[in-house]
Amino acid sequence: MSIHLDIDHVSIEFDTPKGKFKALDSVNLKIAKGEFVSLIGHSGCGKSTVLNIVAGLLKATQGGIVLDGKEVDEPGPERAVVFQNHSLLPWLTSYQNVELAVKQVFKGKKSKAEMKEWIEHNLKLVHMEHAMHKKPSEISGGMKQRVGIARALAMQPTVLLMDEPFGALDALTRSHLQDSLMEIQNTLHNTVIMITHDVDEAVLLSDRIVMMTNGPSATVGEILHVDLPRPRERLALADDPHYNHLRAEVLRFLHERHAKKDTPTRSGSEVKKASVSETKVSAENHPTEQKDQTASRVAA
Amino acid sequence: MSRVVQTLESLPWAAPFVRLSRGEDPKAQFNAILRAVGVPLLAFAIFIGIWGAAASRIETSLGTLPGPSQVMEQAGNLWQEHQAERAKADAFYERQTTRNEERLANNPDAVVKWRDYNGRPTFVDQILTSLTTVFTGFFLAVLIAVPIGIVCGLSPTMYAAVNPLIQIFKPVSPLAWLPLVTMVVSAVYVSNDPMFAKSFVTSAITVTLCCMWPTLVNTIVGVSSLEKDLINVSEVLRLSWMTKVRKVVLPFAIPMIFTGMRLSLGVGWMVLIAAEMLAQNPGLGKFVWDEFQNGSSNSLGRIMVAVFTIGIIGFILDRLMLSIQRAVSWDKSADIR
Ligand SMILES: Nc1ncnc2c1ncn2[C@@H]1O[C@H](COP(=O)(O)OP(=O)(O)OP(=O)(O)O)[C@@H](O)[C@H]1O
Ligand SMILES: [Mg+2]
Repeated sequence: MSIHLDIDHVSIEFDTPKGKFKALDSVNLKIAKGEFVSLIGHSGCGKSTVLNIVAGLLKATQGGIVLDGKEVDEPGPERAVVFQNHSLLPWLTSYQNVELAVKQVFKGKKSKAEMKEWIEHNLKLVHMEHAMHKKPSEISGGMKQRVGIARALAMQPTVLLMDEPFGALDALTRSHLQDSLMEIQNTLHNTVIMITHDVDEAVLLSDRIVMMTNGPSATVGEILHVDLPRPRERLALADDPHYNHLRAEVLRFLHERHAKKDTPTRSGSEVKKASVSETKVSAENHPTEQKDQTASRVAA
Repeated sequence: MSRVVQTLESLPWAAPFVRLSRGEDPKAQFNAILRAVGVPLLAFAIFIGIWGAAASRIETSLGTLPGPSQVMEQAGNLWQEHQAERAKADAFYERQTTRNEERLANNPDAVVKWRDYNGRPTFVDQILTSLTTVFTGFFLAVLIAVPIGIVCGLSPTMYAAVNPLIQIFKPVSPLAWLPLVTMVVSAVYVSNDPMFAKSFVTSAITVTLCCMWPTLVNTIVGVSSLEKDLINVSEVLRLSWMTKVRKVVLPFAIPMIFTGMRLSLGVGWMVLIAAEMLAQNPGLGKFVWDEFQNGSSNSLGRIMVAVFTIGIIGFILDRLMLSIQRAVSWDKSADIR
């Protein structure tokens, strides 16, 4: 395996009013080209921090990020980010939001007509061609997230970074978007790092699942290879014993080995719920889970 | 047509009439009309009544304080004076034209002179002067405040540097600025053929000095409340500083900037009258001052006409800024009033 992206012994300390806070301790991860890696771990363990360091939005105190043999410590469009809450510019239409990125990245490389075609192509990829000229306030949460993904894809990134891209969506929309993402991934073969709280999502989409230990001083706990053949079919996988075994592995890690002993409330309940839930996304189960997540995010 | 109906329906005072014409629950609509139109009208009538009763009891050295009817009369007089003056001006220009044409007809090489009519500025002229002055001062203020506000909003260091100055100068009254401005303008603005009168420049600058603060403060607040996510987006895209300001910061802060501008124009209009009084800029302020000095039996009535004019124009300016503010706000869910 040739190393494409190297997260090399990354540690970070935050200055807080109460002194230094070591969020990450020597996170080490090597990712191959075209690999889809999920980061999973309890809330507040430092997943977003890892992603932001890779994106260049945060600077590691020790260690660093090497992309294709070059160290990177600044943000750049070759490491496009899909943010958790879409972060589209609210005064621009979907088209204009993607256009802003395309104009910036392909300035002088594509003609006006080519840019237009490229913008429309990317919006089509995420099935947003019908609402290209609507503003974010006029489209649903799932649609906004699609546009956010289109914007990131339009930058033609070497690495696509996604911070809980579907976290704020309802279960049905989420599974639609997961299908879209798999479809896109089958053609583009991007290198992807995705943060998720959803065990099913992680197993369904990833080549590897990186499970992080609890903070402070979080680091890589276990890595699970998901060797399910592609293309993957969510319904067919539901009865696949290997798929269920992989799911159980992730759950076991989250639940038994690294559950927070001091605060069993959220993490414990979420994992329990997830383990009783069917692999098929069950509509009455996820909304509550989502609420839990939002609550914990506010607390963190 | 349906467009018009829709617009009307969005106005609080017109909506019940529209619904009534559609035959929707008449009783509820009458109540709504009473609240939207009846109550303000009643309040105004009570105000007129109290004013009339009180005014007739107050004896000043210039006679009884004028009541509503005298003020209306003076408003009519001012309008007639304006029209008379316009007629004179028209007549002057007509005479001049015929005279010059005759001369040219007799001798095509004759050098003819075209003079401007030098009449007394009428009340309407004075209103226009005031408006020109306030907008000049206001635009200067916006031109200064918005760029500084953006820089301070983006850089905590710049904010720390500028904030004390804002806090110190914000509460200063126009009456304190004016002497300084007058002296500085006299010293700096010297030219044999000045494009603007000194009194105009002085008043406009005083307006600028007093009204730039709301725009400045609101711009800073608007820019510095830029969401972290949007900053991250512009960093990932590696937008240059200028592009970031143009494409992200400015559009984000526009609603706040316009809120500030609306406040600024209000302050500017209020300050202008005082500035014009002292600087003798031929606008409404000078009108009030001249009438006060004049001290005829009509003076108080005329001053009251000016008071109402100032108030109504201030109100119109505010509504104007409000509609612009609504138009430029991208957050259509925000309730701007
Ligand atoms: N700028 C900062 N200053 C101080 N502490 C921070 C900062 N950013 C993050 N932290 C701390 O670092 C830890 C990891 O935060 P992070 O946001 O990466 O968690 P997370 O795994 O993404 O959580 P979640 O799943 O809830 O999104 C938390 O304890 C958080 O309080
Ligand atoms: Mg996070």
